[in-house]
Amino acid sequence: MTGAAASPARRMLARNKWLLLRRSSQLGILALFLVGPLAGLWIVKGTLASSLTLGVLPLTDPYMLLQSVFAGSLPALTAWIGAVIMLVFYALIGGRVYCSWVCPINIVTDASHWLSERFDVPKGWQPKRTLRRWILGMTLVVSAITGVIVWELVNPITLLYRGVLYGVGLAWAAVLAVFLFDLFVSRRGWCGHLCPVGAFYALAGWFALLRINAVQRTACDDCMECYAVCPEPHVITPALKGGEKGGGSVILSSDCSNCGRCIDVCDREVFRFSSRFAQATDAMPQRHRNAA
Amino acid sequence: MAARDPEETPRRVTDRRRFLAGTARAACGVGAAGLLLGLLARQGAARPAWAIRPPGAGDEADFSGLCVRCGLCVRDCPYKTLRLAELGVPIATGTPYFIARDIPCEMCEDIPCVKACPTGALDKGLTEIEKARMGIAVLVGQEDCLNYLGLRCDVCYRVCPLIDKAIKLEKQHNQRTGAHAMFIPVVDSERCTGCGKCEKSCVLEKAAIRVLPVDLATGALGAHYRLGWEEREKHGGPLLPDIIDLPDRTPGGAL
Ligand code: SF4
Ligand code: SF4
Repeated sequence: MTGAAASPARRMLARNKWLLLRRSSQLGILALFLVGPLAGLWIVKGTLASSLTLGVLPLTDPYMLLQSVFAGSLPALTAWIGAVIMLVFYALIGGRVYCSWVCPINIVTDASHWLSERFDVPKGWQPKRTLRRWILGMTLVVSAITGVIVWELVNPITLLYRGVLYGVGLAWAAVLAVFLFDLFVSRRGWCGHLCPVGAFYALAGWFALLRINAVQRTACDDCMECYAVCPEPHVITPALKGGEKGGGSVILSSDCSNCGRCIDVCDREVFRFSSRFAQATDAMPQRHRNAA
Repeated sequence: MAARDPEETPRRVTDRRRFLAGTARAACGVGAAGLLLGLLARQGAARPAWAIRPPGAGDEADFSGLCVRCGLCVRDCPYKTLRLAELGVPIATGTPYFIARDIPCEMCEDIPCVKACPTGALDKGLTEIEKARMGIAVLVGQEDCLNYLGLRCDVCYRVCPLIDKAIKLEKQHNQRTGAHAMFIPVVDSERCTGCGKCEKSCVLEKAAIRVLPVDLATGALGAHYRLGWEEREKHGGPLLPDIIDLPDRTPGGAL
């Protein structure tokens, strides 16, 4: 009895492994910041914009620093050190790991997405995915013109962090706005099309070493589950379906956030994490020749 | 070429048209969003007079290009003086400030807020807290100031960390009684750090002395103004060798 009851639960767990890890990471990071003001245990001070961990490790959001430079300022050394550390880190493990493993807004927009699927809310406005890069460029231009780190005026990520850590004010309204925007105006609109922070980190992780690999793509039975859960489904096709054209099985698009949701949902265990230089089993020269 | 592929030409044209229209629409949308952001940035630059920046903050233009609103200065202020502007407060959202009447700056000798700032929005060059210029105290409500009424309150003067330097009491004749003296608190804008201890401790219901942002509390002479007495000192004597002796005119007299 207990064995039979535990088994579906364990299956549930296995099918949501990476999702649960991701949520733990996102909430865990927020918790690390929060135990300071809440319990006086100062592990990390500051916000995602700039922080100090254990009194020694400074981190500064490189996108913030870039805006500051565009605004005509010369930030102090600590900010540069913190930004370089972050840049190197995300350049290695995937820029948009920031989106799926750190950013708290991702939880909000995922919730919104879950609801809109559940209740079949129309997809709404679906602009091009390059729009966010335009917005990224725009924030730099406006920073330069106004001399202000301009995205910080509206950035829901740091608004949420500051709200939770320093006093809420109307920050919840901004978060609610993103939630409703994704639900009713544009499905997956914020993270998928607009947010310049994601666009920045995507560029930062252009050559990331850690990637998702459709390593068992020959086992794919076209159930399309991965396309349904992927927040950036266009990144899957070249890796999963590019085999006949001799394409590699690694998802190389920097839009991929390494969230691992495809690994979770695929019953045929097609996907796993790998280095960007790995190959699919079907791409081994021997078998490739055989197939041809 | 078009003749060779008559089917495809119209589609290609509409494709291109759609692409151009799409690009134009995106560009306009992004432009409009940029304009809004720009306006928001302008508006955020207006700071109310009661919001005083931490030590080492430059003028608002410099500050808003550097401060990433991380709150590390807030965390390291031992007196909980500083806070970050919440969304909805009429100050650039997330920037640090304090309200002198609530909790003034205690002028820590090691200036932890400046040390904590990763970006230099609080200038690392500020190493002596007495050189801080957070604002300038101004006796805005002099009609209600007890010392102005001829009493000896003196509290603002007594609490000043730079007593007799940043604030002094100047003796004046009390016109009302005709027999007594008044001790008028006078702030030296060159020495006042703007810590706000005077404003905090003013005994009135509403403080008569208040810290204002430097640009609000100071005037400025025209760049071409010269003060005769200073010029004379610099020159070591009158600038014109002899006083011009204009002819005296006597009433009714001939020239
Ligand atoms: S000098 Fe001290 S009291 Fe004043 S704002 Fe800085 S940390 Fe706070
Ligand atoms: S520590 Fe510096 S960058 Fe951070 S909020 Fe304070 S002034 Fe701004």
